[in-house]
Amino acid sequence: MLTYLMRRIASAISVVIVTIIAAFALFFVAPTDPAAAICGESRCSQARYNDIKASLHLDRPVTTQFVEYAVGIVVGRDFTSGGVTQHCPAPCLGYSFKTDQPVLQEIENRLPVTATVVLGASVIFFTFGVLMGSMAARRRGTSGDRMLVGATLVMSSIPYYVVALLVALYLTIFYQVLPRAGYFPISDYGPLKWATGFITPWLVLGIYNSTAYARYSRGSMVEALGEDYVRTARSKGISERRVVYLHGLRASITPVVTIFGLDLAGLLVGSVFTESIFDLPGMGKLLLESFRNSDLPMIMGTVIVGAVLLVFMNLLVDIVYSFLDPRVRLA
Amino acid sequence: MTQMPASSVDVPRAASAHPETVTRAGRSKDAFSEAPYLVVKDLKVEFPTVDGPVRAVQGLSYDLQLGRTLAIVGESGSGKSVSSMAIMGLHDMRRTKISGSISLGGDELVGLSSDQMRKYRGSVSSMIFQDPQSSLHPYFKIGFQIAEAYRAHHNSSMKVAKARALEMLDLVGIPNAKRRINQFPYEFSGGMRQRAMIAMALVNNPKLLIADEPTTALDVTVQAQILDLLGELQKEFGSAIILITHDLGVVAEVADDVLVMYAGRAVEYGACHDVLARPTHPYTWGLLESIPSVSTGQEALRPIKGNPPSLVNLPPGCSFSPRCPYVTRVADDRCRTVLPELRHNQPDSTDLSRCHLDDPLGIFTAEVEPGLA
Repeated sequence: MLTYLMRRIASAISVVIVTIIAAFALFFVAPTDPAAAICGESRCSQARYNDIKASLHLDRPVTTQFVEYAVGIVVGRDFTSGGVTQHCPAPCLGYSFKTDQPVLQEIENRLPVTATVVLGASVIFFTFGVLMGSMAARRRGTSGDRMLVGATLVMSSIPYYVVALLVALYLTIFYQVLPRAGYFPISDYGPLKWATGFITPWLVLGIYNSTAYARYSRGSMVEALGEDYVRTARSKGISERRVVYLHGLRASITPVVTIFGLDLAGLLVGSVFTESIFDLPGMGKLLLESFRNSDLPMIMGTVIVGAVLLVFMNLLVDIVYSFLDPRVRLA
Repeated sequence: MTQMPASSVDVPRAASAHPETVTRAGRSKDAFSEAPYLVVKDLKVEFPTVDGPVRAVQGLSYDLQLGRTLAIVGESGSGKSVSSMAIMGLHDMRRTKISGSISLGGDELVGLSSDQMRKYRGSVSSMIFQDPQSSLHPYFKIGFQIAEAYRAHHNSSMKVAKARALEMLDLVGIPNAKRRINQFPYEFSGGMRQRAMIAMALVNNPKLLIADEPTTALDVTVQAQILDLLGELQKEFGSAIILITHDLGVVAEVADDVLVMYAGRAVEYGACHDVLARPTHPYTWGLLESIPSVSTGQEALRPIKGNPPSLVNLPPGCSFSPRCPYVTRVADDRCRTVLPELRHNQPDSTDLSRCHLDDPLGIFTAEVEPGLA
């Protein structure tokens, strides 16, 4: 177990390093001029341009720049711009001159918002989806099952942003069935107001994604219920409910959890639509803003944090899997 | 043995008992003091499909006493598993039509819902399956799976049930049971898994044990151990065993009675030594002939030609007639038009056979090439 973990962490670190190199290469080697982007295109004097270039060390060789960036991640670094020195503490993922703060600090502000949206919604889509799917599998072929499968297909063929927009428009603005979404920090507004702002995004993201989970777990459960060991369970004389929700579910949930872990990572990196439509200052919105502002250090930082999250979740899924399936030994 | 002229076969249908009422009571060989524990009468199992009902079992009747072993023999699709699963109530009742009568210890099971069958399943009757690898839940510990079977029928704590599971594992000869009880099925070998399955099936002292090809997935040496174990446990618990198999070697070893099934019907039913040594139905004869023999130096296998009929579209008359080499021996083409009754058709045998031939043994042996008889 321990050697396995060490090996996996080592390989995870190497993936992150490759991502850092790729992100770095993309933005500093590709034919975009970060200094010009920061300076702005119309009112940029040569002196200011040079100053920015020097302060970002863009006038140095690419390899030097990368080493500085990498060292910055480990020990932190200082940026000087216009005579002002800004310290970027380790792990420094760069300094955003657009927002005038270290990249990581901005990400640290944004990530909790995204995490709140995604984790809250994931509780809904996982439990709701698995429950619906299992119930449908148990009643396979009945009209209830067909209705559920049909409904989930219809639902998932509508693009997510359409659903989210329509809900935002009709259910929170035209008819105030659901509370208006928004971010109200818990420290300033208290937990009730904070939670109210998240209810609508939780429901929309949760219910929309639950359709996919209903289908995964239905398929997985149908397969499990056809297994010999489910027949064995039935032959013991235990209740049908126990047969389905203990023996069947225990087997059918394993592949669903795998998908869940990876989905969660993907959503954490940025639920762009949810955050934009419901006006939540999370990672997705940060990424959009950075693109709009050509805030290259911020884009890089977001990509790297996203990669770390994905790699970490992958590792977590593998570890969880070894607990779910005793036949899988981590070695 | 003299070959009987074909005409002598063509006697009016023997005044045999109606198959539905045939029991072994009339047989001289076995003197039974006890009433049969399991009585199956005219059991029919159908699965409705878009092409019409699949008649998996059509009018099966047999009975079984405590302490005895009945082997049900037949090829795939003959209805041997389907009929046994009906006794356990394991069919999906929404997709299955069961009629006739199954009397287990005096209780009628046909007509009960799957939920009503629960109190019999695993306690009065239990079942072990063909492949212990796939029949044990991969994610639950062996001890838990056995304890669960116990707790399904006893109002006991997990601790008590686990102790009972340990006892059972010891009983079925699993070494180091104390450690084994906390292991997962993948940590067991094939033979050990089947022992664990047997422990699970017997944890509630069932009166009837149905073993559905319990040794098919196992090595030959392990097969013998499992069969011995079943025999010992039967002596100890005095339960009745239905052994479903297509391995006639296994049958010869353990069965008291044999029921040969073909296309959902019993074609031959009798004491083991009679059925195997002196079969009175061409199908049983064919099965026995198809066993390759090492001693006679026979080179080619002797299969029964043709395939079993579709259970949706059974031929009229005898289901075996399309494959039977003896149809011409019965006059008026009755094999293809009249379904034979289950009857005594051999003068000195106790067997019941679903065949129009009279003294079939004489006919079979006369037609076998010299050296094989």
